[in-house]
Amino acid sequence: MVKLFEYMGKELFARYGVPVPAGKMVTGADEAAAVAAETGAPVVIKSQILSGKRGKGGGIKFADNPAEAREQAGGLLGTSVQGLPVEMLLVEEKLQIDHEFYLAITIDGAAKRPVLIASAQGGMDIEDVPAEYIIKEHIDIYLGIQPYLARDISRRLGLSGQLAREMQRLLPLLYRIFREKDAELVEINPLVQSGEKLVAADAKVTIDDDALYRQKDLPYVDERTPAERQAHALGLSYVQLDGNIAVMANGAGITMGTLDIIQHYGGRPANFLDAGGGTGMEATAKALEILLSTNPRVILINIFGGITRCDDVAAAFAKVKQERGIPVPVVIRLVGTNEEEGVRILRDNGIEAYQVMHEAAAKAVELARS
Amino acid sequence: MVAIIIDEKTNVIVQGVTGNQGLFHTRQMLAYGTRVVGGVSPGKGGREAAGVPVYDTVNAAVEAHQVDASVLFIPAPFAKDAALEAIDAGIKVVVIVTEHIPVHDELEIVAFARRRGTIVIGPNTFGIVSSGRCKIGIPPNQFFVPGHIGVVARSGTLTYEIVGNLTANGLGQSTVIGLGGDRVVGLSFVDVLEKFEKDPETRAVVLVGEIGGNAEEDAARFIKKMRKPVVAYIAGKSAPPGKRMGHAGAIIERGKGTFEGKVQALTAAGARVAVLPFEVPALIKEALG
Repeated sequence: MVKLFEYMGKELFARYGVPVPAGKMVTGADEAAAVAAETGAPVVIKSQILSGKRGKGGGIKFADNPAEAREQAGGLLGTSVQGLPVEMLLVEEKLQIDHEFYLAITIDGAAKRPVLIASAQGGMDIEDVPAEYIIKEHIDIYLGIQPYLARDISRRLGLSGQLAREMQRLLPLLYRIFREKDAELVEINPLVQSGEKLVAADAKVTIDDDALYRQKDLPYVDERTPAERQAHALGLSYVQLDGNIAVMANGAGITMGTLDIIQHYGGRPANFLDAGGGTGMEATAKALEILLSTNPRVILINIFGGITRCDDVAAAFAKVKQERGIPVPVVIRLVGTNEEEGVRILRDNGIEAYQVMHEAAAKAVELARS
Repeated sequence: MVAIIIDEKTNVIVQGVTGNQGLFHTRQMLAYGTRVVGGVSPGKGGREAAGVPVYDTVNAAVEAHQVDASVLFIPAPFAKDAALEAIDAGIKVVVIVTEHIPVHDELEIVAFARRRGTIVIGPNTFGIVSSGRCKIGIPPNQFFVPGHIGVVARSGTLTYEIVGNLTANGLGQSTVIGLGGDRVVGLSFVDVLEKFEKDPETRAVVLVGEIGGNAEEDAARFIKKMRKPVVAYIAGKSAPPGKRMGHAGAIIERGKGTFEGKVQALTAAGARVAVLPFEVPALIKEALG
């Protein structure tokens, strides 16, 4: 899942004909003043960070004229809001707010269908809106949002006349964005009623990272750490954590299980690294180097060889040890396909392999303490 | 039929049979005793692969053989097309091993399968094993022996670990099913638990879950009504919120899908929950008295 900054989401909305406030993303205070001058009206200045509750965190300011805009923007840039650095601001016209709606399209994994969520009580976190004010409509992916459904959602939102027509125009557009951009979430909160118009005052869009190969033109925010990026390029799944026991296992479930056992014995995992099933020698060696780059106290390798061959893993370990040296203790649990050969290679390199997963984990925790 | 979903009479085709993975696992499935009757690989019809005939399309394979199930070893960008092809050809069980399929493609596959009454196992699954009779997918052959424990899981290697522990403790398996690690998959825990509850061969069930989503909570509601005992293990106790732990579905979002929530729901429903994976066999023995 990758996320878009608000300004990226609004640019996307604008391209599809979803109304957004007039405005521009800026990175400097003078630029903010220039946008305010261009707008010729009061503006809102919004920190572009990937966090909800920006308003409460002091990340959203208002300005009545260019001078104020310069001052407010200068006060925000370079600070941090909700622990995130503010490097970009969205400066846009301040809307007249007559009412706030909530609209979102996302994926309901349990129902295995897209779901449209709408509420006439917008503006707050949807989790805080009482259930009776929330409309949830599952969508048949082979039908999409047909006009009849849009008419009925408008009715249930209490809309009539021009506003109802505008809502009926918006809903299929949002769905098109959701489908065409491989979105996991397209959310407008609030969708502001300003006179006879509906305007997206915010934009939250997240994209399926498995679909990025076919969404090459779409800008998004890369939140990964360097090690995470490096692992991803190797086709490995890696998440950085804050402990000192580096972990590699093969399979997402068993990797999670390994971290849990470490924690159970009082240790702290440094990462999640799923080397996958059937990972060859080269990728395993590179995975080891990623682990070493994070300077752990101990490395724990947990391999249940099915498609993954134990001798490949052992050979990768031997290669890295001989080529660059491994300055920290390594605990390896190795069972399954070609286990005997793997165990022999490790023994030749001064390592006794464990057979039982929790015994290996307990040893790693003990070594991390000493 | 005694077993669930597949048995020793299930005829299987392999889509993507001429690729590295397809070829390797076709040989492994044949070695396990699976009736692999053919393979599909566009443009390579008329050849043989791993000793089975290759066809250009699924329809061509279906015209030549009785086909009950298909398994896909197809790269993610082409998996949707291959799955729709199998479903449209009328095959009733489609196993999708491929990982990293875009979730929108998965929504389309599952919607089409629902319309046609097809069982989709996966995507991102190790497959299904009817112990001693038929294996469709990628698990290592040696750990799966016949017995009376049904296993249903979201993840692969962890399941091999647990099945290996069961086997080492003299507890064979009736059927082992991997739902798949993605957010949108064909079968839910409840779909499989219903089948295990009715299966005369299955005496107890092991549920291997993980953080993220609400599949385990939904399962708990069904477990409450079950007569057969259920032992559960949930991976991801130590996972931080907001981080996707390998599987697309393994993420705690907005405080939902937590380890604690799942354990609480399962325990309240009467399931025994193992803290560590190796505790599962002892809990099964305790449950069976």
